[in-house]
Amino acid sequence: MKKIKLIVSREYFTRVKKKSFLITTILVPLVIIAFYAAIIAITIDGDNEKQKVAVLDDAHLFNGKPDTSNKTVVFTFISNETEKSFVKKYKDLGYQSFLYLPSDTSGKSKNKYVLHSQSSVSLSAMSAIEDIINNTVRTKQLISNGIDPKEFDKLTNSVSLDNTIDTKEGEKKSFAGVAYAVSFGCGFLIYMMMMIYGTQVMRGVTEEKTNRIAEVMVSSVKPFQLMMGKILGIGAVGLTQFAIWIILMAGMQLAIPLIFPDMMNHINSSNLNNPEGISMVATALQGLSSLPLTKIILSFLFYFLGGYLTYASIFAAVGSVVSEDQQEAQQLVFPVIMPIILGFVIMTKAVNEPNSSLAVFGSLFPLTSPIVMMGRITYDIPAWQIGLSMILLIGSFLFFTWITGKIYRTGILMYGKKPSWKEMIKWAFAKSNPKK
Amino acid sequence: MDILELQSLKKYFATQKAVDDISFNIKEGSIFGLLGPNGAGKTTLLRMITGIFYPDSGNIIFNGKPFNPMDDIINIGYMPEERGLYKKMKIGEQALYLARLKGMSKNDAMASVKKWFVKFDMESWWNKKVEDLSKGMSQKLQFVTTVVHEPKLIILDEPFSGLDPVNANLIKEEIFNLSKNGSTIIFSTHRMEQVEEICDHIVLVNKGQKLLDGTVQQIRQDFKENIYKLGAKVMAEHLMTYIFDVVKHEPDQMLLKLQKETTTNELLKYFINQNVAIHSFNEVLPSLNDIFIKLVEGTTATRQFQNIN
Repeated sequence: MKKIKLIVSREYFTRVKKKSFLITTILVPLVIIAFYAAIIAITIDGDNEKQKVAVLDDAHLFNGKPDTSNKTVVFTFISNETEKSFVKKYKDLGYQSFLYLPSDTSGKSKNKYVLHSQSSVSLSAMSAIEDIINNTVRTKQLISNGIDPKEFDKLTNSVSLDNTIDTKEGEKKSFAGVAYAVSFGCGFLIYMMMMIYGTQVMRGVTEEKTNRIAEVMVSSVKPFQLMMGKILGIGAVGLTQFAIWIILMAGMQLAIPLIFPDMMNHINSSNLNNPEGISMVATALQGLSSLPLTKIILSFLFYFLGGYLTYASIFAAVGSVVSEDQQEAQQLVFPVIMPIILGFVIMTKAVNEPNSSLAVFGSLFPLTSPIVMMGRITYDIPAWQIGLSMILLIGSFLFFTWITGKIYRTGILMYGKKPSWKEMIKWAFAKSNPKK
Repeated sequence: MDILELQSLKKYFATQKAVDDISFNIKEGSIFGLLGPNGAGKTTLLRMITGIFYPDSGNIIFNGKPFNPMDDIINIGYMPEERGLYKKMKIGEQALYLARLKGMSKNDAMASVKKWFVKFDMESWWNKKVEDLSKGMSQKLQFVTTVVHEPKLIILDEPFSGLDPVNANLIKEEIFNLSKNGSTIIFSTHRMEQVEEICDHIVLVNKGQKLLDGTVQQIRQDFKENIYKLGAKVMAEHLMTYIFDVVKHEPDQMLLKLQKETTTNELLKYFINQNVAIHSFNEVLPSLNDIFIKLVEGTTATRQFQNIN
């Protein structure tokens, strides 16, 4: 045990002390946040660059008072011009486009409205202008038919449907979107972590083999200790990185409103028109608190560790049989990552239909269960399924470590040609120690 | 006392009898040479002695007790032929790590590593990385990591490969030193001149079997062919005799092979009677190289694959 500890700490500290670890660990969330900040900044900025539209309102549709609030266009009314005379001038006067509303409209022939521009108008500007015209026309028609537009808005309010889940603790509001996002996020994270850290284990083992340190090492420690030390050390790196990310993300989430106070206002104000009147942020927060967070975090840890350990031992075995040739590694890795990818695909289905038979199978089958079960975790899953899935995962971890340990033991001391699958299976099931 | 005793060790692989019933003993404090052509089974044998492989059958007695890799590993230092170090690790940390993996405590390891670094003038390397070292330098480091835990049994597989003569001598001297201080050294190679120079006792293996076992002197005596070198100016007319054959004739010396019944005195008398002036006369023993080639030649040089069952 003392030796495994030494190996684990070497594997852990050489990775954590590397500059690249710090850089990726801190940079990745920063890049993600910067990315979102940029998106938000762009959307906020977009408002400042409103399209200037010259309007020649011969139809007297707007009476000079268009409702352009919250739109990306600004109307400027011109007079004493005709369509033909102004077409030549609007560009020089600084307008991007020119809207002509001819006088002989009864509202039915809106096709006659023309928008002149030098180049094709963006879709958003087009729809904004259309909306303004439509709203104005509708209001006019309502009034002319004797209906109060405010009354009309009340009548046409859309219905909102709330999903209430009946649990033992009482009723809970369900927020399908949030549950979906959390499930998908957890499944995706496990998928990423298994891929990234699994291949790290493989590369580490191949490095030991090609550096020719493997034989020096196994004269001091058992190959199994060497393998487990590496797997556990790299797993600890994964958990550390993960912890740092969570702390950073949480910190950033708190810091963003301080850095961009406008953003929250913007989100809130943009939702004022929304009849429900609840901001997106509030929905997300309420949604999160409705989820069984402890259960999610605990199962995330369990499935991350279970999935990682199972796959890491397989990756270690693959790393031990390949030599310098990276192409060989590619060929051998492919069948290993296939079930991981399969798990990811099933997971994307499982978040939509958490109780379909495919989802249930995927969350029990140990090679896909870490990813798929996380995709179902926010929904109510029968306890026996979770229990069985966990037992199967632990069992497969023990099985694969036992098998791959033997392949590893033989593989790291073999130089030269890559062994065939048949040979590897032979190693895996060879009697480990006929004497003792 | 024997530090290591191998009793009919066998290790068969799928297509080869890598080690096929080999037994020998190694005396404590000796320098032992394990010789053999490529693929003779030397590495497999060493891997069994270091606990990396378990023998299919046979016993290994280490220090008077059945060999138990878990406990005995601290008493063994192994420098394999396929050797290397972690390239990205600092040299001092690496030496410490390997010493502690052998079972040394942190403080002991530190003290011992420092001692060896001073001895080999390597103190300034401490914070460098292995990838910064030349091949010879990393060989030196490798040797230090092999002996840093002061093992009773040191196993060196081709220790001089890649070393220049100066560094090779440094290591050679250290091998003698370690042996003087009571360590036993197993030295595996196919470079015979080094073996003659260093080893007390040798075993020659080929195709998984032991061909020779004995001290260097003894083996050379066993393989001598009654050949003598005579330093003298000998004319062709002096050689009209049946008591010897001429192996090689040079202007001022010649190699002679004596007939079995002829004694050296008869030979000398013969030349003296012929009035030949002799300035030197001595026996020529075959070199290990000659013996090695003689024994190994004739057998197929490379191992053939065979079916085991």
